Amino acid sequence: MTPPAMTSGRGALRAVPARYVPVLVTACLFVAMFVAGGVRYEGFAGGQVILNVFVDNAFLLVVAVGMTFVILTGGIDLSVGAVVALSTMISASLMAGPGWPPYLVIPLVLLIGSTLGLVMGYIVHAFDIQPFIVTLAGMFLARGLCYTIGTESIPIEDPTFTAFAQTRIDLFADLWISPSVIVAALAVLAAAYVLHYTRLGRTVYATGGSEQSALLMGLPVGRTKIAVYTISGFCSALGGVLLSFYMLSGYGLHAVGMELDAIAAVVIGGTLLTGGSGFVFGTVLGVLVLGLIQTVITFEGTLSSWWTKIFIGLLLFVFILLQRLFSARRRP
Amino acid sequence: MAEPEPILRMSGIGKQFPGVRALDGVDLRLLPGEVHALMGENGAGKSTLIKVLTGVHPCDEGTVELAGREVAFAGPLEAQQAGISTVYQEVNLCANLSVAENIFIGREPRRRGRIDFRRMRTRAAELLARLELDVDVAAPLSSCSLAIQQMVAIARAIDVDARVLILDEPTSSLDAGEVEQLFRVMRRLKEEGIAILFVSHFLDQIYEISDRMTILRNGRLVGEYRTSELSQVELVAKMIGKELADLERLHGEARVFDRPLVEARGLGRAGAVEPFSLTIHEGEVVGLAGLLGSGRTEIARLLFGADHATTGEVTVGGTAVSLRTPRTAMAHDIAFCSENRKQDGLIPDLTVRENIILALQATRGWTRPVPREQQDELVGRYVKALRISPPNPDHLVRDLSGGNQQKVLLARWLILEPKLLILDEPTRGIDVGAKTEIQRLVAELSDGGMAVLFISAELEEVLRLSHRVGVLRDRRLVADLPNDDALTTDVLLETIASGGRA
Amino acid sequence: MRRLLWPLAVLAALILLNVAFSPGFLSIQMREGHLYGSLIDILRFGAPLILVSLGMTLVIATGGIDLSVGSVVAISGALACLQISEDASVFTAVVLALGLSVLLGAWNGFLVAGIGIQPIIATLILMVAGRGLAQLITDGQIITVNSPAYKLIGGGYLLTLPFGILLVLVVLGVTAFLTRRLALGMLIESVGGNAEASRLAGIRARGIIVMVYAFAALCAGVAGLMISSNVSSADGNNAGLWIELDAILAVVIGGTSLAGGRFSLGGTVVGALIIQTLTTTIYSVGVPPETTLLFKALVVAAVCLIQSPSFRDKVFRRRGTAAGPRPAAEEKVRVTA
Repeated sequence: MTPPAMTSGRGALRAVPARYVPVLVTACLFVAMFVAGGVRYEGFAGGQVILNVFVDNAFLLVVAVGMTFVILTGGIDLSVGAVVALSTMISASLMAGPGWPPYLVIPLVLLIGSTLGLVMGYIVHAFDIQPFIVTLAGMFLARGLCYTIGTESIPIEDPTFTAFAQTRIDLFADLWISPSVIVAALAVLAAAYVLHYTRLGRTVYATGGSEQSALLMGLPVGRTKIAVYTISGFCSALGGVLLSFYMLSGYGLHAVGMELDAIAAVVIGGTLLTGGSGFVFGTVLGVLVLGLIQTVITFEGTLSSWWTKIFIGLLLFVFILLQRLFSARRRP
Repeated sequence: MAEPEPILRMSGIGKQFPGVRALDGVDLRLLPGEVHALMGENGAGKSTLIKVLTGVHPCDEGTVELAGREVAFAGPLEAQQAGISTVYQEVNLCANLSVAENIFIGREPRRRGRIDFRRMRTRAAELLARLELDVDVAAPLSSCSLAIQQMVAIARAIDVDARVLILDEPTSSLDAGEVEQLFRVMRRLKEEGIAILFVSHFLDQIYEISDRMTILRNGRLVGEYRTSELSQVELVAKMIGKELADLERLHGEARVFDRPLVEARGLGRAGAVEPFSLTIHEGEVVGLAGLLGSGRTEIARLLFGADHATTGEVTVGGTAVSLRTPRTAMAHDIAFCSENRKQDGLIPDLTVRENIILALQATRGWTRPVPREQQDELVGRYVKALRISPPNPDHLVRDLSGGNQQKVLLARWLILEPKLLILDEPTRGIDVGAKTEIQRLVAELSDGGMAVLFISAELEEVLRLSHRVGVLRDRRLVADLPNDDALTTDVLLETIASGGRA
Repeated sequence: MRRLLWPLAVLAALILLNVAFSPGFLSIQMREGHLYGSLIDILRFGAPLILVSLGMTLVIATGGIDLSVGSVVAISGALACLQISEDASVFTAVVLALGLSVLLGAWNGFLVAGIGIQPIIATLILMVAGRGLAQLITDGQIITVNSPAYKLIGGGYLLTLPFGILLVLVVLGVTAFLTRRLALGMLIESVGGNAEASRLAGIRARGIIVMVYAFAALCAGVAGLMISSNVSSADGNNAGLWIELDAILAVVIGGTSLAGGRFSLGGTVVGALIIQTLTTTIYSVGVPPETTLLFKALVVAAVCLIQSPSFRDKVFRRRGTAAGPRPAAEEKVRVTA
């Protein structure tokens, strides 16, 4: 006699596990946009269009990867844009003024970004203050530091940086990418590895799934929270370095509002803002979708740039609504 | 047959909280290969005892011995490492992770720093097979039924070489089939020699699965018994405790109730309470008796529209109504003092005055504030009548004692002058003086024509106040008895214990 | 009143600091029938922030937050200026702009109360899309208007006072009336203090939440008119940029907890004035204006740390045991007593 049904339940019956659905939706959206663009505009369908999205958004991708960690734990980091700007500012001023070499400047910038994240994470964890407020203070601090360094844009003339900015890495058939894309790709791969194959990564998911449970299961929740803000700080600094390659300048008004783009990319990539569910790969798709919207608007010509924001807002709405339906259904 | 040595022995455990003696000289011993039920009503000290055992609270007096060695744990983690694992009522797992991960997270098998998912899955499958479960260990936990989740929690608990497994109300959200699955797993673990401490409010389950039980009442040990040697009636009597003095009934002469106010027919909510029918007449006090978790509160919530009924219908004053929200119930002059004052009753940041007029204000809407004179009059009257202390209406409710908070909540509903007042454990956790005052008030209100649905864990209190008593057991209304001279606490105990089958 | 004590002390300290550096700080003069002086300027330039903060206070009191007010500021100013530049009357322009603002606020409220999306996320949508909408309205241009009547709202004078200050007083008065004379305030505090208990007390929480978001957007709309009128132009991109953050800050400094519940309108006004005075102080003390943000960061950090119970525990009392689960246990145990 067989015991009463002991199957693992409804989810396994469906062809696609529920947690992949949001990412798949984003992937379909991306493909649909790309195909529609290809049909509508001449010269759109080439691979270089996608590669250009990567080239133009490598820094955003890196920042969004860091944001993914934070959001997966159920937190949020508003300071990323400011930390990006601070990184460009520190790089530019150190190289322009005292003439520091890049191999000193870049590690220093990364260290500063990580430290800022570490401090914010510590405050969030130790004093139980909402991440929103803590990282808001961090945002003010970082922008403030930018303006203290200088209110004007500082050009970067360091040969290494300019070389990095101008290098094209040729792939096959006239396709090319910039070195930043490789850095961003490495960041994505590293993040995916950490999130899926290390204890830290799995604890990130557990914390976002249920902080209470994670604590009762004896997981190092506090340490994990501090770690994700540190990672986000590091990614922001790295994004800042990439942005200074791209812009070849340091400026306190760089990356204004980038925190919103990063959050939007993460959400559109299918990560739940309440934490615990999502993938770095989804974030990559999210950044691609954002970039493709810009490309489409450029190709359209008559559509003005502000439509980007409206489209992003609409997409956010649709995805948040999807998430809401998704999480409402999951509840017993 | 000689008894084996106990694996765990707690003796003379005492625990003092500010102002309260939570545990006093409690002994507990767990034998390997036995399911041991820990019994007691709310506040008997069950959870405190478990918390002392697992190191959540340090114990003030007494000793804990595990396998003959004295131990004192600094927290649940330490207890778990020593072989004492706990599975709580709420499944404390991460539903977004896979089954296998939930079992192993924090101690995943690794190879060169990288989590070895293959080995983890194999081991998880082995472990679940040991519990005779066939579950896809790679599937997310959220896709599993609650029963399976519960068992995954057990699997996590026993993976660390558990010698003692504490199951704190694991069955309260499971259906009958799922409970059966859980019991099969428990029997299996028993055979492996694990000692299981089992807490449940369902008597049938206790008698089905447990070998032995320890009963607590008011923080003291009542005794340890073999389940087979203790009848259900004796058990209930020992849990509730019976005061010997016969209490006078507060209602003098029998009255005739012939004007039905609220009638429920086949009203029920899946997973909360089975369909029941109940009629409450004007001026009548209907008591609900039953153990904790028997469905008392669920009935109250359905009649107030706090939860949606899935079956059945309600008529008020003869017309069918749909109690969709508390507002609609209030529109039909139904009021509800909830059992959980902190969570479902008071707004701790508001003052006594604001808390009292809150429901009245809600019925008026925000545009028509209750005039200050009327507020002063109403609040002053009830602060005085209920002897709310301190008698300052501008005191924050959070600073009041439990009894006074209860009175504030009561006052909130009394000023609405409802036709039906539902009181869920109104005297729980308050001192004797306040208790008698509230009881007298209920009698007065019903003499004045108000219908009252009175829920209490204390049978004497129910008998003293009610004209009629509904008895609940295992989420079912099993009897509806007139409160005449023949109805005594013994009869009630008997009915609760037997489920009305006797 | 005691809760207002230390925000007021901070404000007083800032003003004293100013007096120390520029002795004429407190003087107010009458020139051409208008009042002039540093204090008047603080009030005048702080007026939009005070307005937005008032709306934000009510939203935060329900346990929510509204990130979209900055975008609403931009949209409202843009629509009004567009109307005026197309020869609509100032009245029509104002009514249309405020009507749209209320509509946008109701949308936020619907997402929060109707669909049940977390407030911070629900309002993020309009925060992002709203900037685009504002630019859509202005067609990406900065619309300049030349209407003396419109100029009055943000730059004009009435009864010797800048009109903006009077407008703030009116809105403050109306808000205080609605919340404290009528029962709205109590119901808002009840919903923010304990949502489930409020439902069981028969409060229509959804309606109140929608109303509160609509009100916050209305305040933002008025602030948007004020800002665009002051400079006689609408800039969809920069008008009201980051004002939501300042407003949240003002509310928190004013002693309203981000967790919802009790709120203090007076505290919020003081909070907004502190932020505005801080900016002025930085100029008058001679610190480079670029560092305003640094000071803000310090103030936010200090205020939040002082308000955090676990910070106070750790720093002032240093108690070893966790205070969290204890009261629950006591409550359960008291049953037997």
